[in-house]
Amino acid sequence: MSQMQFGIFTVSDITEDPTTGRTLSEAEKIQDTLTIAQHAEEVGLDVFALGEHHNPPFWSSSPTTTLAYLAAKTTTLQLSTATTLITTNDPVKIAEDFAMLQHVSGGRVDLMLGRGNTGPVYPWFGQDIREGIPLAIEHYALLHRLWREDVVDWQGRFRTPLQGFTSTPRPLDGVAPFVWHGSIRSPEIAEQAAYYGDGFFANNIFWPAEHYQKLIGYYRQRFEHYGHGTAAQAIVGLGGQAFMRKNSQDAVDEFRPYFDNAPVYGHGPSLEDFSAMTPLTVGSPQQVIDRYAGMRDLFGDYQRQLFLMDHAGLPLKTVLEQLDILGGEVVPVLRKELAVNRPAETPDAPTHESLVAAARAADALEAAVAASEFAEVK
Amino acid sequence: MTDTRTITVVSAGLSQPSSTRLLADRLAQATTARLAADGVTAEVHVIELRDLAQDITNNLLTGFAAPRLAAAIEQLTASDGAIFVTPIFTTSYSGLFKSFIDVLDPDALSGMPVLLGATGGTERHSLALEYAMRPLFSYLHAAVVPTTVYAASSDWGSTGDAAAYAGGGGLPERIDRAAGELAALVRDSDRASRVRDPFALPDGFSPVGGFGAQ
Repeated sequence: MSQMQFGIFTVSDITEDPTTGRTLSEAEKIQDTLTIAQHAEEVGLDVFALGEHHNPPFWSSSPTTTLAYLAAKTTTLQLSTATTLITTNDPVKIAEDFAMLQHVSGGRVDLMLGRGNTGPVYPWFGQDIREGIPLAIEHYALLHRLWREDVVDWQGRFRTPLQGFTSTPRPLDGVAPFVWHGSIRSPEIAEQAAYYGDGFFANNIFWPAEHYQKLIGYYRQRFEHYGHGTAAQAIVGLGGQAFMRKNSQDAVDEFRPYFDNAPVYGHGPSLEDFSAMTPLTVGSPQQVIDRYAGMRDLFGDYQRQLFLMDHAGLPLKTVLEQLDILGGEVVPVLRKELAVNRPAETPDAPTHESLVAAARAADALEAAVAASEFAEVK
Repeated sequence: MTDTRTITVVSAGLSQPSSTRLLADRLAQATTARLAADGVTAEVHVIELRDLAQDITNNLLTGFAAPRLAAAIEQLTASDGAIFVTPIFTTSYSGLFKSFIDVLDPDALSGMPVLLGATGGTERHSLALEYAMRPLFSYLHAAVVPTTVYAASSDWGSTGDAAAYAGGGGLPERIDRAAGELAALVRDSDRASRVRDPFALPDGFSPVGGFGAQ
Protein backbone atom coordinates (compact mmCIF):
# COMPACT_ATOMS: atom_id res chain seq x y z
CA MET A 1 0.00 0.00 0.00
CA SER A 2 1.35 3.36 -0.91
CA GLN A 3 1.06 6.42 1.26
CA MET A 4 0.97 8.70 -1.72
CA GLN A 5 -0.08 8.12 -5.30
CA PHE A 6 1.81 9.70 -8.18
CA GLY A 7 0.52 9.80 -11.69
CA ILE A 8 -0.32 11.82 -14.77
CA PHE A 9 -3.44 13.55 -16.02
CA THR A 10 -4.26 14.57 -19.54
CA VAL A 11 -6.74 16.97 -21.07
CA SER A 12 -6.70 15.17 -24.45
CA ASP A 13 -5.94 18.24 -26.55
CA ILE A 14 -4.90 17.80 -30.16
CA THR A 15 -2.51 20.71 -30.62
CA GLU A 16 -0.08 21.54 -33.40
CA ASP A 17 3.56 20.84 -32.54
CA PRO A 18 4.92 24.41 -32.81
CA THR A 19 8.40 23.17 -33.68
CA THR A 20 7.28 21.16 -36.71
CA GLY A 21 3.90 22.66 -37.62
CA ARG A 22 2.43 19.17 -37.63
CA THR A 23 -0.93 18.34 -36.03
CA LEU A 24 -1.71 14.70 -35.29
CA SER A 25 -4.94 13.11 -36.47
CA GLU A 26 -7.48 12.02 -33.87
CA ALA A 27 -6.60 8.41 -34.60
CA GLU A 28 -2.87 9.06 -34.00
CA LYS A 29 -3.41 11.11 -30.85
CA ILE A 30 -5.77 8.54 -29.34
CA GLN A 31 -3.26 5.74 -29.94
CA ASP A 32 -0.48 7.91 -28.50
CA THR A 33 -2.46 8.51 -25.33
CA LEU A 34 -3.13 4.79 -24.90
CA THR A 35 0.63 4.23 -25.23
CA ILE A 36 1.39 7.01 -22.73
CA ALA A 37 -1.04 5.60 -20.16
CA GLN A 38 0.45 2.11 -20.40
CA HIS A 39 3.95 3.55 -20.18
CA ALA A 40 2.93 5.32 -16.96
CA GLU A 41 2.46 1.89 -15.37
CA GLU A 42 5.71 0.60 -16.89
CA VAL A 43 7.74 3.39 -15.27
CA GLY A 44 6.16 2.80 -11.87
CA LEU A 45 3.53 5.53 -11.71
CA ASP A 46 0.28 4.81 -9.87
CA VAL A 47 -2.44 6.81 -11.61
CA PHE A 48 -3.65 7.77 -15.08
CA ALA A 49 -6.46 10.34 -15.17
CA LEU A 50 -8.27 11.37 -18.33
CA GLY A 51 -10.30 14.50 -19.06
CA GLU A 52 -13.75 14.73 -20.62
CA HIS A 53 -14.57 17.19 -23.39
CA HIS A 54 -17.26 17.49 -26.02
CA ASN A 55 -15.65 19.81 -28.54
CA PRO A 56 -12.58 19.86 -30.78
CA PRO A 57 -9.58 20.04 -30.41
CA PHE A 58 -10.18 17.51 -27.62
CA TRP A 59 -10.86 13.87 -28.36
CA SER A 60 -11.85 12.39 -24.99
CA SER A 61 -15.65 12.46 -24.96
CA SER A 62 -16.03 8.94 -23.59
CA PRO A 63 -13.52 8.34 -20.77
CA THR A 64 -14.91 5.06 -19.41
CA THR A 65 -14.52 3.44 -22.85
CA THR A 66 -10.88 4.49 -22.95
CA LEU A 67 -10.25 3.54 -19.33
CA ALA A 68 -11.86 0.11 -19.81
CA TYR A 69 -9.38 -0.62 -22.62
CA LEU A 70 -6.53 0.50 -20.36
CA ALA A 71 -7.89 -1.67 -17.53
CA ALA A 72 -7.45 -4.69 -19.77
CA LYS A 73 -3.94 -3.66 -20.79
CA THR A 74 -2.58 -2.84 -17.34
CA THR A 75 -2.40 -4.58 -13.98
CA THR A 76 -1.70 -2.02 -11.26
CA LEU A 77 -2.54 1.36 -12.78
CA GLN A 78 -5.29 3.27 -10.97
CA LEU A 79 -7.68 4.68 -13.59
CA SER A 80 -9.24 8.05 -12.92
CA THR A 81 -10.70 11.12 -14.59
CA ALA A 82 -9.80 14.80 -14.74
CA THR A 83 -12.62 15.62 -14.73
CA THR A 84 -15.94 13.83 -15.17
CA LEU A 85 -18.63 16.41 -15.85
CA ILE A 86 -21.12 16.11 -13.01
CA THR A 87 -23.21 18.96 -14.44
CA THR A 88 -24.01 17.80 -17.95
CA ASN A 89 -23.79 14.02 -17.57
CA ASP A 90 -26.77 12.11 -16.28
CA PRO A 91 -25.78 10.96 -12.77
CA VAL A 92 -27.53 7.66 -13.44
CA LYS A 93 -25.22 7.00 -16.40
CA ILE A 94 -22.16 7.99 -14.32
CA ALA A 95 -23.25 5.52 -11.62
CA GLU A 96 -23.65 2.74 -14.18
CA ASP A 97 -20.51 3.44 -16.23
CA PHE A 98 -18.12 3.69 -13.30
CA ALA A 99 -19.57 0.70 -11.43
CA MET A 100 -19.06 -1.29 -14.64
CA LEU A 101 -15.50 0.02 -14.88
CA GLN A 102 -14.91 -1.05 -11.27
CA HIS A 103 -15.87 -4.61 -12.19
CA VAL A 104 -13.75 -4.88 -15.33
CA SER A 105 -10.73 -3.22 -13.67
CA GLY A 106 -10.89 -5.15 -10.42
CA GLY A 107 -11.57 -2.00 -8.45
CA ARG A 108 -8.77 0.09 -9.98
CA VAL A 109 -11.01 3.08 -10.58
CA ASP A 110 -11.91 6.36 -8.96
CA LEU A 111 -13.18 9.58 -10.47
CA MET A 112 -12.77 13.30 -10.16
CA LEU A 113 -15.88 15.40 -10.60
CA GLY A 114 -15.82 18.85 -12.16
CA ARG A 115 -18.37 21.30 -13.50
CA GLY A 116 -16.83 22.05 -16.88
CA ASN A 117 -16.35 25.61 -18.09
CA THR A 118 -17.10 25.29 -21.80
CA GLY A 119 -20.29 27.33 -22.16
CA PRO A 120 -21.95 25.58 -25.15
CA VAL A 121 -21.57 22.09 -23.62
CA TYR A 122 -24.33 22.91 -21.15
CA PRO A 123 -27.04 23.67 -23.75
CA TRP A 124 -25.76 20.85 -25.98
CA PHE A 125 -26.66 18.51 -23.13
CA GLY A 126 -29.88 20.32 -22.24
CA GLN A 127 -28.53 22.24 -19.24
CA ASP A 128 -27.86 25.88 -18.25
CA ILE A 129 -24.35 27.01 -17.22
CA ARG A 130 -25.85 29.46 -14.74
CA GLU A 131 -27.10 26.42 -12.82
CA GLY A 132 -23.59 24.92 -12.70
CA ILE A 133 -23.29 24.75 -8.91
CA PRO A 134 -26.86 23.56 -8.21
CA LEU A 135 -26.40 20.90 -10.94
CA ALA A 136 -23.14 19.69 -9.36
CA ILE A 137 -24.76 19.55 -5.92
CA GLU A 138 -28.00 17.81 -6.95
CA HIS A 139 -26.46 15.38 -9.44
CA TYR A 140 -23.87 14.23 -6.96
CA ALA A 141 -26.44 13.82 -4.19
CA LEU A 142 -28.24 11.37 -6.50
CA LEU A 143 -25.04 9.64 -7.67
CA HIS A 144 -24.00 9.13 -4.04
CA ARG A 145 -27.29 7.38 -3.27
CA LEU A 146 -27.34 5.25 -6.43
CA TRP A 147 -24.06 3.58 -5.37
CA ARG A 148 -25.13 3.08 -1.76
CA GLU A 149 -28.84 2.19 -1.89
CA ASP A 150 -30.08 -0.82 -3.86
CA VAL A 151 -33.46 0.74 -4.65
CA VAL A 152 -33.76 4.51 -5.07
CA ASP A 153 -36.85 6.71 -5.13
CA TRP A 154 -35.76 10.22 -6.06
CA GLN A 155 -37.03 13.56 -7.24
CA GLY A 156 -35.07 16.74 -8.04
CA ARG A 157 -35.01 19.87 -10.17
CA PHE A 158 -32.86 18.79 -13.08
CA ARG A 159 -33.68 15.22 -13.99
CA THR A 160 -36.72 13.08 -14.46
CA PRO A 161 -37.79 11.44 -11.14
CA LEU A 162 -36.89 7.85 -10.29
CA GLN A 163 -39.24 5.36 -8.69
CA GLY A 164 -37.90 1.96 -7.63
CA PHE A 165 -34.67 2.38 -9.63
CA THR A 166 -31.68 0.09 -9.13
CA SER A 167 -28.40 1.14 -10.73
CA THR A 168 -26.59 -1.89 -12.15
CA PRO A 169 -24.09 -3.37 -11.83
CA ARG A 170 -23.95 -2.77 -8.09
CA PRO A 171 -20.53 -1.37 -7.04
CA LEU A 172 -17.78 -3.99 -6.74
CA ASP A 173 -17.76 -5.52 -3.23
CA GLY A 174 -20.60 -3.16 -2.33
CA VAL A 175 -18.20 -0.21 -2.14
CA ALA A 176 -18.60 2.92 -4.28
CA PRO A 177 -15.62 4.23 -6.28
CA PHE A 178 -13.71 6.94 -4.42
CA VAL A 179 -14.69 10.44 -5.53
CA TRP A 180 -12.51 13.53 -5.77
CA HIS A 181 -14.16 16.91 -6.25
CA GLY A 182 -12.17 19.28 -8.42
CA SER A 183 -12.54 23.03 -8.20
CA ILE A 184 -10.57 26.08 -9.18
CA ARG A 185 -12.37 28.70 -7.16
CA SER A 186 -15.77 27.68 -5.76
CA PRO A 187 -16.04 27.27 -1.98
CA GLU A 188 -19.36 25.44 -2.58
CA ILE A 189 -17.48 22.51 -4.11
CA ALA A 190 -14.91 22.41 -1.30
CA GLU A 191 -17.86 22.41 1.11
CA GLN A 192 -19.50 19.55 -0.81
CA ALA A 193 -16.30 17.45 -0.74
CA ALA A 194 -15.95 18.09 3.00
CA TYR A 195 -19.60 17.25 3.71
CA TYR A 196 -19.32 13.80 2.14
CA GLY A 197 -15.80 13.12 3.42
CA ASP A 198 -14.68 12.81 -0.21
CA GLY A 199 -11.36 13.91 -1.66
CA PHE A 200 -10.61 17.43 -2.88
CA PHE A 201 -8.37 17.93 -5.90
CA ALA A 202 -6.80 21.31 -6.56
CA ASN A 203 -5.84 21.58 -10.20
CA ASN A 204 -3.15 23.97 -9.00
CA ILE A 205 -1.48 24.48 -12.37
CA PHE A 206 -2.86 27.86 -13.36
CA TRP A 207 -3.24 29.87 -10.21
CA PRO A 208 -0.71 31.06 -7.63
CA ALA A 209 -0.16 28.78 -4.66
CA GLU A 210 -1.68 31.22 -2.16
CA HIS A 211 -5.10 30.79 -3.75
CA TYR A 212 -5.03 27.01 -3.43
CA GLN A 213 -3.57 27.18 0.07
CA LYS A 214 -6.69 29.04 1.16
CA LEU A 215 -9.08 26.77 -0.74
CA ILE A 216 -7.49 23.55 0.57
CA GLY A 217 -7.29 25.02 4.07
CA TYR A 218 -11.01 25.73 3.89
CA TYR A 219 -11.76 22.17 2.70
CA ARG A 220 -9.63 20.66 5.48
CA GLN A 221 -11.36 22.76 8.12
CA ARG A 222 -14.84 21.82 6.85
CA PHE A 223 -13.85 18.13 6.60
CA GLU A 224 -13.15 18.23 10.34
CA HIS A 225 -16.36 20.20 10.97
CA TYR A 226 -18.43 17.42 9.36
CA GLY A 227 -16.83 14.81 11.60
CA HIS A 228 -14.79 12.79 9.11
CA GLY A 229 -11.55 13.19 11.07
CA THR A 230 -9.07 15.96 11.75
CA ALA A 231 -8.24 18.61 9.17
CA ALA A 232 -4.93 16.82 8.62
CA GLN A 233 -6.83 13.64 7.72
CA ALA A 234 -8.73 15.17 4.81
CA ILE A 235 -7.91 13.67 1.40
CA VAL A 236 -6.09 16.12 -0.85
CA GLY A 237 -4.84 15.81 -4.41
CA LEU A 238 -2.75 18.32 -6.35
CA GLY A 239 -2.03 18.95 -10.00
CA GLY A 240 1.43 19.79 -11.23
CA GLN A 241 3.44 20.31 -14.37
CA ALA A 242 7.06 19.62 -15.24
CA PHE A 243 9.47 19.31 -18.13
CA MET A 244 12.89 17.83 -17.48
CA ARG A 245 16.27 17.29 -19.08
CA LYS A 246 19.56 16.37 -17.48
CA ASN A 247 20.77 19.94 -17.92
CA SER A 248 18.18 22.45 -16.89
CA GLN A 249 18.97 24.91 -19.70
CA ASP A 250 18.28 22.13 -22.24
CA ALA A 251 14.86 21.61 -20.65
CA VAL A 252 14.08 25.33 -20.86
CA ASP A 253 15.22 25.61 -24.49
CA GLU A 254 13.27 22.55 -25.59
CA PHE A 255 10.06 23.34 -23.69
CA ARG A 256 9.85 27.09 -24.40
CA PRO A 257 8.19 26.90 -27.85
CA TYR A 258 5.57 24.52 -26.46
CA PHE A 259 4.99 26.83 -23.50
CA ASP A 260 4.83 29.97 -25.62
CA ASN A 261 2.19 28.46 -27.89
CA ALA A 262 0.24 26.37 -25.36
CA PRO A 263 -3.53 26.61 -25.71
CA VAL A 264 -4.27 27.87 -22.20
CA TYR A 265 -1.44 30.18 -21.16
CA GLY A 266 0.48 30.68 -24.42
CA HIS A 267 1.26 34.20 -25.65
CA GLY A 268 0.82 35.49 -22.09
CA PRO A 269 3.28 35.44 -19.22
CA SER A 270 6.87 34.37 -19.81
CA LEU A 271 7.95 30.83 -18.98
CA GLU A 272 10.02 32.28 -16.15
CA ASP A 273 7.16 34.31 -14.63
CA PHE A 274 4.68 31.44 -14.99
CA SER A 275 7.16 29.05 -13.35
CA ALA A 276 7.55 31.44 -10.44
CA MET A 277 3.80 31.88 -9.96
CA THR A 278 2.59 28.29 -10.52
CA PRO A 279 4.00 24.79 -9.85
CA LEU A 280 5.30 24.51 -13.45
CA THR A 281 8.91 23.43 -13.12
CA VAL A 282 11.15 23.27 -16.17
CA GLY A 283 14.67 22.11 -15.46
CA SER A 284 16.65 19.21 -14.11
CA PRO A 285 15.02 16.23 -12.34
CA GLN A 286 16.52 17.50 -9.08
CA GLN A 287 14.78 20.86 -9.51
CA VAL A 288 11.46 19.06 -9.94
CA ILE A 289 12.15 16.93 -6.87
CA ASP A 290 12.96 20.01 -4.80
CA ARG A 291 9.86 21.87 -5.93
CA TYR A 292 7.41 19.03 -5.35
CA ALA A 293 8.99 17.83 -2.10
CA GLY A 294 8.05 21.31 -0.83
CA MET A 295 4.35 21.09 -1.75
CA ARG A 296 3.39 19.60 1.61
CA ASP A 297 4.86 22.65 3.34
CA LEU A 298 2.26 24.71 1.46
CA PHE A 299 -0.75 22.38 1.51
CA GLY A 300 -0.14 19.82 4.27
CA ASP A 301 0.70 16.14 3.76
CA TYR A 302 -1.45 14.91 0.90
CA GLN A 303 -2.49 11.78 -0.96
CA ARG A 304 -2.20 12.25 -4.69
CA GLN A 305 0.10 14.17 -7.01
CA LEU A 306 -0.75 14.23 -10.72
CA PHE A 307 1.43 15.78 -13.40
CA LEU A 308 0.38 17.24 -16.75
CA MET A 309 3.01 15.90 -19.16
CA ASP A 310 1.54 15.50 -22.64
CA HIS A 311 -0.20 18.70 -23.72
CA ALA A 312 0.58 21.59 -26.07
CA GLY A 313 1.60 19.38 -28.99
CA LEU A 314 4.55 17.61 -27.33
CA PRO A 315 5.42 14.59 -29.51
CA LEU A 316 4.96 11.04 -28.24
CA LYS A 317 8.68 10.29 -28.09
CA THR A 318 9.28 13.31 -25.86
CA VAL A 319 6.37 12.48 -23.57
CA LEU A 320 7.60 8.91 -23.12
CA GLU A 321 11.09 10.23 -22.27
CA GLN A 322 9.52 12.57 -19.75
CA LEU A 323 7.69 9.65 -18.13
CA ASP A 324 10.97 7.71 -17.98
CA ILE A 325 12.53 10.57 -16.03
CA LEU A 326 9.43 11.12 -13.86
CA GLY A 327 9.00 7.45 -12.99
CA GLY A 328 12.69 6.55 -12.95
CA GLU A 329 14.35 9.49 -11.20
CA VAL A 330 11.80 11.86 -9.68
CA VAL A 331 8.94 9.90 -8.14
CA PRO A 332 11.10 7.31 -6.29
CA VAL A 333 12.91 10.15 -4.51
CA LEU A 334 9.66 12.03 -3.83
CA ARG A 335 8.12 8.88 -2.32
CA LYS A 336 11.06 8.64 0.09
CA GLU A 337 11.24 12.32 0.92
CA LEU A 338 7.50 12.71 1.47
CA ALA A 339 7.44 9.63 3.72
CA VAL A 340 9.94 11.28 6.06
CA ASN A 341 8.15 12.91 8.99
CA ARG A 342 4.76 12.12 7.48
CA PRO A 343 2.51 12.15 10.57
CA ALA A 344 1.06 8.74 11.48
CA GLU A 345 -2.46 10.17 11.36
CA THR A 346 -2.11 11.15 7.67
CA PRO A 347 -4.27 8.71 5.70
CA ASP A 348 -2.81 6.73 2.81
CA ALA A 349 -4.19 7.41 -0.65
CA PRO A 350 -7.59 5.68 -0.87
CA THR A 351 -7.79 2.50 -2.95
CA HIS A 352 -10.53 -0.05 -3.50
CA GLU A 353 -8.83 -2.35 -0.99
CA SER A 354 -8.63 0.32 1.70
CA LEU A 355 -12.26 1.33 1.14
CA VAL A 356 -13.43 -2.30 1.35
CA ALA A 357 -11.43 -2.81 4.56
CA ALA A 358 -12.92 0.37 6.05
CA ALA A 359 -16.45 -0.74 5.08
CA ARG A 360 -15.93 -4.19 6.59
CA ALA A 361 -14.56 -2.67 9.79
CA ALA A 362 -17.59 -0.39 10.02
CA ASP A 363 -19.94 -3.37 9.44
CA ALA A 364 -18.17 -5.41 12.12
CA LEU A 365 -18.42 -2.54 14.58
CA GLU A 366 -22.12 -2.16 13.86
CA ALA A 367 -22.67 -5.91 14.31
CA ALA A 368 -20.78 -5.88 17.62
CA VAL A 369 -22.86 -2.96 18.87
CA ALA A 370 -26.08 -4.69 17.78
CA ALA A 371 -25.01 -7.94 19.49
CA SER A 372 -24.19 -6.18 22.75
CA GLU A 373 -27.52 -4.34 22.66
CA PHE A 374 -29.28 -7.68 22.01
CA ALA A 375 -27.43 -9.23 24.95
CA GLU A 376 -28.53 -6.38 27.22
CA VAL A 377 -32.16 -6.81 26.19
CA LYS A 378 -31.95 -10.51 26.97
CA MET B 1 -16.22 53.99 12.41
CA THR B 2 -12.80 55.62 12.21
CA ASP B 3 -12.14 59.11 10.90
CA THR B 4 -10.00 57.77 8.08
CA ARG B 5 -11.29 56.65 4.69
CA THR B 6 -9.39 55.11 1.81
CA ILE B 7 -9.91 56.25 -1.75
CA THR B 8 -8.34 54.47 -4.71
CA VAL B 9 -7.71 56.39 -7.91
CA VAL B 10 -7.56 54.38 -11.15
CA SER B 11 -5.94 56.26 -14.01
CA ALA B 12 -5.81 54.81 -17.51
CA GLY B 13 -3.66 57.52 -19.06
CA LEU B 14 -1.00 56.21 -21.41
CA SER B 15 1.48 59.05 -21.77
CA GLN B 16 3.66 60.25 -18.93
CA PRO B 17 2.75 62.73 -17.68
CA SER B 18 -0.84 62.39 -18.85
CA SER B 19 -3.77 64.77 -18.67
CA THR B 20 -5.80 61.78 -17.45
CA ARG B 21 -3.57 61.49 -14.38
CA LEU B 22 -3.70 65.26 -13.99
CA LEU B 23 -7.51 65.18 -13.85
CA ALA B 24 -7.42 62.15 -11.53
CA ASP B 25 -5.15 63.97 -9.10
CA ARG B 26 -7.32 67.09 -9.17
CA LEU B 27 -10.42 65.00 -8.41
CA ALA B 28 -8.62 63.20 -5.57
CA GLN B 29 -7.33 66.45 -4.07
CA ALA B 30 -10.78 68.06 -4.22
CA THR B 31 -12.39 65.01 -2.59
CA THR B 32 -9.73 64.91 0.12
CA ALA B 33 -10.29 68.61 0.82
CA ARG B 34 -14.05 68.12 1.12
CA LEU B 35 -13.57 65.22 3.55
CA ALA B 36 -11.01 67.20 5.56
CA ALA B 37 -13.59 69.97 5.96
CA ASP B 38 -15.79 67.34 7.66
CA GLY B 39 -12.91 66.16 9.88
CA VAL B 40 -12.30 63.00 7.88
CA THR B 41 -8.79 62.05 6.75
CA ALA B 42 -8.59 60.48 3.31
CA GLU B 43 -5.84 58.05 2.42
CA VAL B 44 -5.40 58.09 -1.36
CA HIS B 45 -3.87 55.26 -3.41
CA VAL B 46 -3.23 55.63 -7.12
CA ILE B 47 -3.28 52.75 -9.61
CA GLU B 48 -1.68 53.62 -12.95
CA LEU B 49 -2.99 51.00 -15.37
CA ARG B 50 -0.07 51.56 -17.73
CA ASP B 51 2.23 50.06 -15.08
CA LEU B 52 0.00 46.96 -14.93
CA ALA B 53 -0.69 46.64 -18.67
CA GLN B 54 1.20 43.35 -19.12
CA ASP B 55 -0.26 41.78 -16.00
CA ILE B 56 -3.76 42.78 -17.13
CA THR B 57 -3.28 41.12 -20.54
CA ASN B 58 -1.80 38.02 -18.90
CA ASN B 59 -4.76 37.85 -16.54
CA LEU B 60 -7.13 37.86 -19.53
CA LEU B 61 -5.16 34.95 -21.02
CA THR B 62 -4.44 32.81 -17.96
CA GLY B 63 -7.37 33.64 -15.69
CA PHE B 64 -5.29 34.76 -12.73
CA ALA B 65 -3.69 37.97 -11.54
CA ALA B 66 0.06 38.16 -11.00
CA PRO B 67 1.06 39.41 -7.53
CA ARG B 68 1.33 43.15 -8.35
CA LEU B 69 -2.03 43.23 -10.14
CA ALA B 70 -3.61 41.11 -7.40
CA ALA B 71 -2.40 43.62 -4.80
CA ALA B 72 -3.84 46.54 -6.81
CA ILE B 73 -7.21 44.80 -7.16
CA GLU B 74 -7.23 44.03 -3.45
CA GLN B 75 -6.42 47.68 -2.68
CA LEU B 76 -9.25 48.89 -4.92
CA THR B 77 -11.83 46.39 -3.71
CA ALA B 78 -11.21 47.22 -0.05
CA SER B 79 -11.51 51.00 -0.50
CA ASP B 80 -14.29 53.24 0.78
CA GLY B 81 -14.55 54.96 -2.58
CA ALA B 82 -12.90 55.13 -5.98
CA ILE B 83 -12.17 57.60 -8.75
CA PHE B 84 -11.90 56.18 -12.27
CA VAL B 85 -10.46 58.30 -15.06
CA THR B 86 -9.89 57.16 -18.64
CA PRO B 87 -8.97 58.81 -21.90
CA ILE B 88 -11.78 58.58 -24.45
CA PHE B 89 -10.57 56.61 -27.47
CA THR B 90 -12.76 56.12 -30.53
CA THR B 91 -16.00 57.13 -28.75
CA SER B 92 -15.47 55.17 -25.52
CA TYR B 93 -13.21 54.24 -22.57
CA SER B 94 -9.81 52.94 -23.60
CA GLY B 95 -9.23 49.24 -24.23
CA LEU B 96 -6.77 49.03 -21.34
CA PHE B 97 -9.33 50.57 -19.00
CA LYS B 98 -12.00 48.05 -20.04
CA SER B 99 -9.54 45.16 -19.80
CA PHE B 100 -8.82 46.14 -16.20
CA ILE B 101 -12.53 46.27 -15.42
CA ASP B 102 -12.91 42.86 -17.10
CA VAL B 103 -10.44 41.15 -14.75
CA LEU B 104 -12.24 42.40 -11.63
CA ASP B 105 -14.60 40.07 -9.84
CA PRO B 106 -18.15 41.01 -10.93
CA ASP B 107 -18.99 41.90 -7.32
CA ALA B 108 -15.78 43.82 -6.64
CA LEU B 109 -17.34 47.29 -7.00
CA SER B 110 -20.80 46.50 -5.72
CA GLY B 111 -22.02 49.39 -3.58
CA MET B 112 -18.73 51.28 -4.02
CA PRO B 113 -19.02 55.11 -4.12
CA VAL B 114 -17.49 56.02 -7.49
CA LEU B 115 -16.62 59.22 -9.30
CA LEU B 116 -16.07 59.01 -13.05
CA GLY B 117 -13.82 61.23 -15.12
CA ALA B 118 -12.53 61.25 -18.68
CA THR B 119 -10.21 63.22 -20.90
CA GLY B 120 -10.14 63.88 -24.61
CA GLY B 121 -8.88 66.19 -27.30
CA THR B 122 -12.16 67.98 -27.86
CA GLU B 123 -15.42 68.54 -25.97
CA ARG B 124 -17.30 66.49 -28.56
CA HIS B 125 -16.64 63.23 -26.67
CA SER B 126 -17.87 64.40 -23.28
CA LEU B 127 -21.09 62.37 -23.40
CA ALA B 128 -19.04 59.15 -23.55
CA LEU B 129 -19.06 59.45 -19.76
CA GLU B 130 -22.83 59.10 -19.81
CA TYR B 131 -23.39 56.56 -22.59
CA ALA B 132 -20.34 54.33 -21.99
CA MET B 133 -18.76 54.84 -18.56
CA ARG B 134 -21.89 55.21 -16.43
CA PRO B 135 -23.70 52.09 -17.79
CA LEU B 136 -20.53 50.05 -17.22
CA PHE B 137 -20.45 50.99 -13.54
CA SER B 138 -24.24 50.70 -13.18
CA TYR B 139 -23.89 47.11 -14.38
CA LEU B 140 -21.31 46.52 -11.65
CA HIS B 141 -23.71 47.99 -9.05
CA ALA B 142 -21.33 50.81 -8.13
CA ALA B 143 -22.85 53.93 -6.55
CA VAL B 144 -21.88 56.46 -9.23
CA VAL B 145 -22.22 60.12 -8.23
CA PRO B 146 -24.45 62.31 -10.44
CA THR B 147 -21.67 64.61 -11.67
CA THR B 148 -19.05 63.18 -14.02
CA VAL B 149 -16.08 65.27 -15.07
CA TYR B 150 -14.83 65.51 -18.63
CA ALA B 151 -11.71 67.54 -19.39
CA ALA B 152 -10.95 68.45 -22.99
CA SER B 153 -7.54 69.85 -23.85
CA SER B 154 -8.98 73.35 -23.96
CA ASP B 155 -10.31 73.04 -20.39
CA TRP B 156 -6.77 73.17 -19.05
CA GLY B 157 -6.43 76.69 -20.44
CA SER B 158 -9.73 78.27 -19.55
CA THR B 159 -11.35 79.56 -16.39
CA GLY B 160 -14.75 78.19 -17.28
CA ASP B 161 -17.56 79.04 -19.63
CA ALA B 162 -20.85 79.04 -17.79
CA ALA B 163 -22.80 79.60 -20.98
CA ALA B 164 -21.46 76.44 -22.58
CA TYR B 165 -22.41 74.20 -19.64
CA ALA B 166 -25.92 74.81 -18.46
CA GLY B 167 -25.64 74.97 -14.69
CA GLY B 168 -22.10 73.66 -15.07
CA GLY B 169 -19.35 76.18 -14.84
CA GLY B 170 -15.72 75.62 -15.68
CA LEU B 171 -13.52 72.62 -14.98
CA PRO B 172 -12.61 73.69 -11.40
CA GLU B 173 -16.29 74.12 -10.54
CA ARG B 174 -17.19 70.71 -12.05
CA ILE B 175 -14.36 69.04 -10.17
CA ASP B 176 -15.47 70.63 -6.94
CA ARG B 177 -19.10 69.67 -7.39
CA ALA B 178 -18.25 66.05 -8.26
CA ALA B 179 -15.80 65.84 -5.33
CA GLY B 180 -18.48 67.08 -2.94
CA GLU B 181 -20.84 64.36 -4.13
CA LEU B 182 -18.21 61.63 -3.76
CA ALA B 183 -17.03 62.92 -0.37
CA ALA B 184 -20.58 62.71 1.00
CA LEU B 185 -20.82 59.01 0.07
CA VAL B 186 -17.27 58.14 1.15
CA ARG B 187 -17.80 59.78 4.53
CA ASP B 188 -20.62 57.32 5.26
CA SER B 189 -18.88 54.29 3.75
CA ASP B 190 -17.68 51.42 5.94
CA ARG B 191 -16.39 49.27 3.06
CA ALA B 192 -12.74 49.42 4.13
CA SER B 193 -13.50 48.28 7.66
CA ARG B 194 -15.72 45.38 6.56
CA VAL B 195 -14.36 41.86 6.86
CA ARG B 196 -14.74 40.07 3.57
CA ASP B 197 -14.86 36.26 3.59
CA PRO B 198 -13.77 34.85 0.22
CA PHE B 199 -15.29 31.51 1.23
CA ALA B 200 -18.68 32.82 2.24
CA LEU B 201 -21.29 30.39 0.95
CA PRO B 202 -24.44 31.81 -0.64
CA ASP B 203 -27.44 32.18 1.68
CA GLY B 204 -29.39 28.94 1.92
CA PHE B 205 -26.61 26.84 0.38
CA SER B 206 -26.82 23.15 1.23
CA PRO B 207 -24.11 20.64 0.26
CA VAL B 208 -26.83 18.11 -0.59
CA GLY B 209 -29.09 20.43 -2.58
CA GLY B 210 -32.66 21.46 -2.11
CA PHE B 211 -35.98 20.10 -3.26
CA GLY B 212 -36.30 16.33 -2.98
CA ALA B 213 -32.62 15.78 -3.64
CA GLN B 214 -31.85 14.08 -0.35
